[in-house]
Amino acid sequence: MTSHTIWEVPGGIHPPENKAQSMAQALVECPLAPEYILPLNQHIGAPSAPLVSVGQAVKKYQLIADAEGIFSAALHAPTSGTVSAIEERLIAHPSGLSAPCIVITPDGLDHACSLEPCEQPFELDHASIVTKIRNAGLIGMGGAGFPSAVKLNPHTNTPINTLIINGTECEPYITADDMLMQTQASELLEGVRLLAHTLGNPANVLIGVEDNKPDAIAALQEAAHTANQRHNCDINVVSFPTKYPSGGEKQLIYILTGQEVDSGKIPASMGIVVQNVGTAVAAWRAVRYGEPLIERITTVVGESLQVQRNMRVRIGTPMNFVLEQNGFMASQSARLIVGGPMMGYALEQTCVPVIKTTNCLLAPSHSEMPEAPPQQACIRCGHCAEACPAGLLPQQLYWYARSDEHEKLEAHHLFDCIECGACSYVCPSSIPLVQYYRAAKGDIRKTAEDKLKSDKARERFEHRQERLAKEEAAKEAKRQARKAAAELNKAKMAAQQAVGAVSPPPAAPANTTANHDPSAPVIPAIASAEELVANAATAAKAQQDPTLDKARLSRTVESLVSSIERLKAQMAEATTEGLEASRIEKMAAKLKQTELKAQEAQAKLDAFDKTLAAGSQVDAAAQKMMASPNAAAEKTLNSLQKRLSKAQELHLDAVNENKPSADALKQGVIKLEQKIEEAKQALNEAQSTASSSNSSSSEPQKPDAAAAAIERAKQKVQAAASMTPEQKAHAAVESLQKRLAKAQERYTKAQETHDENVEAFAIGVEKLELKLKAAMEAQKEGSEQA
Amino acid sequence: MAFLRASSPHTHNPNTTGRVMREVLLATIPGIAVLTWFFGLGTLSNIIIACAFGLGLEAAVLKMRGRPIAFYLKDLSALVTAVLLAIALPPASSWWLIGVGMTASIVVAKHLYGGLGYNPFNPAMVGYVVLLISYPQYMTLWLAPENLSVQGAIFDITTLFELVFGGLASTTMDGLTAATPLDVFKQTAGLTAQDIYAHKAIFSQGLFAGAGYEWVNVAFLFGGLYLLTRKVFTWHAPIAMLAALALFATVFYDAGSSSSGGSPLLHLFSGATMLGAFFIVTDPVSSATSNRGRLIYGALIGALVYIIRVWGNYPDAVAFAVLLMNFAAPFIDYYTVPRTYGHKKAQRATQTGGQ
Ligand code: SF4
Ligand code: SF4
Repeated sequence: MTSHTIWEVPGGIHPPENKAQSMAQALVECPLAPEYILPLNQHIGAPSAPLVSVGQAVKKYQLIADAEGIFSAALHAPTSGTVSAIEERLIAHPSGLSAPCIVITPDGLDHACSLEPCEQPFELDHASIVTKIRNAGLIGMGGAGFPSAVKLNPHTNTPINTLIINGTECEPYITADDMLMQTQASELLEGVRLLAHTLGNPANVLIGVEDNKPDAIAALQEAAHTANQRHNCDINVVSFPTKYPSGGEKQLIYILTGQEVDSGKIPASMGIVVQNVGTAVAAWRAVRYGEPLIERITTVVGESLQVQRNMRVRIGTPMNFVLEQNGFMASQSARLIVGGPMMGYALEQTCVPVIKTTNCLLAPSHSEMPEAPPQQACIRCGHCAEACPAGLLPQQLYWYARSDEHEKLEAHHLFDCIECGACSYVCPSSIPLVQYYRAAKGDIRKTAEDKLKSDKARERFEHRQERLAKEEAAKEAKRQARKAAAELNKAKMAAQQAVGAVSPPPAAPANTTANHDPSAPVIPAIASAEELVANAATAAKAQQDPTLDKARLSRTVESLVSSIERLKAQMAEATTEGLEASRIEKMAAKLKQTELKAQEAQAKLDAFDKTLAAGSQVDAAAQKMMASPNAAAEKTLNSLQKRLSKAQELHLDAVNENKPSADALKQGVIKLEQKIEEAKQALNEAQSTASSSNSSSSEPQKPDAAAAAIERAKQKVQAAASMTPEQKAHAAVESLQKRLAKAQERYTKAQETHDENVEAFAIGVEKLELKLKAAMEAQKEGSEQA
Repeated sequence: MAFLRASSPHTHNPNTTGRVMREVLLATIPGIAVLTWFFGLGTLSNIIIACAFGLGLEAAVLKMRGRPIAFYLKDLSALVTAVLLAIALPPASSWWLIGVGMTASIVVAKHLYGGLGYNPFNPAMVGYVVLLISYPQYMTLWLAPENLSVQGAIFDITTLFELVFGGLASTTMDGLTAATPLDVFKQTAGLTAQDIYAHKAIFSQGLFAGAGYEWVNVAFLFGGLYLLTRKVFTWHAPIAMLAALALFATVFYDAGSSSSGGSPLLHLFSGATMLGAFFIVTDPVSSATSNRGRLIYGALIGALVYIIRVWGNYPDAVAFAVLLMNFAAPFIDYYTVPRTYGHKKAQRATQTGGQ
């Protein structure tokens, strides 16, 4: 074994280890209990969803509850029997909570369902190993119960370069991992290799063990040596001086790598994954033998027991049953602790089940753990600061916690406190410091939550109001737009008909008046369009100040996005801190909701943009059409000029040939010239009105929006009247094509940049395509008619 | 069945505030013994009277404040204050002088500020300074060490009673007192250090820092080292103070010329240096909290002690230096918050100002 550099964490304490008493006896199997209680939520994350019903027979290893999402874990029957209840039962929880559990009454036969072993686990790919581990219901067995599959699937940009296997077990009394390392060293090594394989064989694979476990270290070193030789890998068993709390994830990382996990970050963000030894063994058994997690080693220790030892206990075994097996003398027991004396929590009842994370049941006698002496004044001796492994000033935190100075607490990094209890342990004034910190953390979280809640409630209310108003406005605008379009169509038709009716046969030279006063024949059309104008006015009013609405909408989106970020940060913090499962799970749910809401709001914003765009489209169309009197006048002029040149030719020919018609022709030429003159004037006029109307419409005339709309509508009608159906159809097609091209461009850009509005763009393109098709058909029809 | 619900951690190390105080009291024993050896029974009478006042006043104030008396008396902090003040006062001080001092310590400096843990100033030093300013004539009268004094007088119970309860002729008094080494060094204009050591009795009878005084300091040093090994406090503040004092003394020693401030040995082993370093500066309540802060706190006290001793008007300066730095402790705390795990750098205590 190569020697490995060790870093020393600051602080720390050396409480009496009390590990010998439980190691004196061999590891035994806990007999079948009369009942198994399986809480649906033994891990951080969402509770699993039961797959069985009351009365159903189950077999050992059978999946009885499935993971609900990624942050969850599957649950399996520890033995064969019948599901006797699915109900709330007391669980091992610091505040004596009840939680939904599946209760199984064993049939005593312990029939197992067949498992699915895998002979060559190292040939499996990452995904299938992770799936197998997930299906086996594995969670971190060291403490918090973080779903293992999640840890093996780190979503960071940093490649994993270090796998640390935590065999520290720094809490006094607990020897479950020690026992495991001694008895299952080679399996543990296989597990470590498998985890390393799953994580892409990181360069450093370290098993960290405190030097108060020489037997475990020896066993591991031997197993590691064998594994390293046989498989040509480099697994390092590192022992380091015993000091509480070296086993804290962050502390262990520092001891073995000299790196600190940034506050609020997870180890994976710096390429480090930490797994407990128990998890490594369970992972190996899950992948190699297909064996789900249904039992664990638990240390049963304390002076109020006749036998103190490690037991292999099936998950769900009631603690009173386990204690009975070891001669529990309740009368002598001072308290019952789940976990170790430093961080474990005391239970009021013993009828709660052993779960996947229960590493120790501690039943001390009164003399072993007397009640804490009454608290005295803090003498600011600083012992606590010296003991703190996180580099905090516990005495200041205590001071601020007592006076509820939340800001100062956060400034003093209260949330970096790992609640290890080292400060309380050394405090000569017996101040239960950790208790104060826990309470303060709870308070701060609650305040934040309340604030979030009220913010959200307000936001929700405002949002609803806005949404209603917006929906109303959008509906109204659409209706108006539809109506306006219909009227416009009608007006156009009328104009067409009118124009068609009066327009002369193109070659008729005698026809004079109709062309240069195009509006004259369509006066009735204008009259019929008065209504349209009124409508347009109301539409304009309805759309009054759309930018304001839009700003409000985008503010909503922004606030939602920021609250998503906040939630995510909170989640990350919570997971790194190993908070209670229920809280994290709640946060996840909240996050989801907020994300959905944000999507909704974004979609609405997009839709709003579109309606705005629709409004401006109308304007654009109007402008385009307004430009057309020019075109019409020009055309007239052109055709007149052509006709003039023809007439002149004819006239010349006639003069040359001395035809009698020459005179008449001359008259015609003169007339044509006059006409051209007139047409030119008309053109000039048209141009000047067009430019003036252009400039007026481009000016933002908010107060007179309605008047402008009337003006525009009038012009539209005029313009429409001046265009031939073909021209109009053609113009429509052309503009549609342009818009389509633009929309497509935007769409592809959005696709490339993975814009979240891709869909909206796609829809837009589709719609435009449809419109274009319709317009082209109309054009065809129009030209056929013509 | 229901078990005791308790919050983690469930174990506790046997250390208690009462134990800490007991250790401190124990650690003063060598110093008290040496003081008594050189300066007679006056030290013991000081201690007895001060402790009586201490316990009485503490109990009275606790009663007035409606606190459980026995519980708080058991933390022994009143006794520690009493013993420290008693040691700091001239041996065989009058009972009323001690009474005034203890009242200033316990009632004003400690309980008016909220009791143990809340006092910004070291109570014993407050008592001392109050007396020094109010009754300088008594405070500067130090009994001479036994070998310089009337033979047997300071071990004579009657003399002691006369000293403590008044009625001693001032002429007799003069025969019993003598200038302290620091006084001597200060008031010998024109003499080189060598001359002083050769001709002044207090030095010629001693080894390096004045007869009697040097051994008292050695004894307190031992007591301090004992407390260090018992981990009652950390080395930071006392060592920083001694180092700063020694540094100043070295820099301004001036090769023992007539303007010399005195050798480092003189400064380290006379006056209240060791008592101050290990029993006063280490008072946790009124000092800086972090180790880095304590280094600064201690060093500044060391510097102040030298400055006041050599350039100031008072012969000894530990009390003033400590009180001045008590003022500065919150400020030091503000700038010396340790770096928390996972944070790139230590940050100031708060954005809104310390305390
Ligand atoms: S250990 Fe206890 S008494 Fe000492 S400073 Fe910390 S909280 Fe105060
Ligand atoms: S409980 Fe928190 S403050 Fe106390 S020693 Fe542990 S990390 Fe530091």
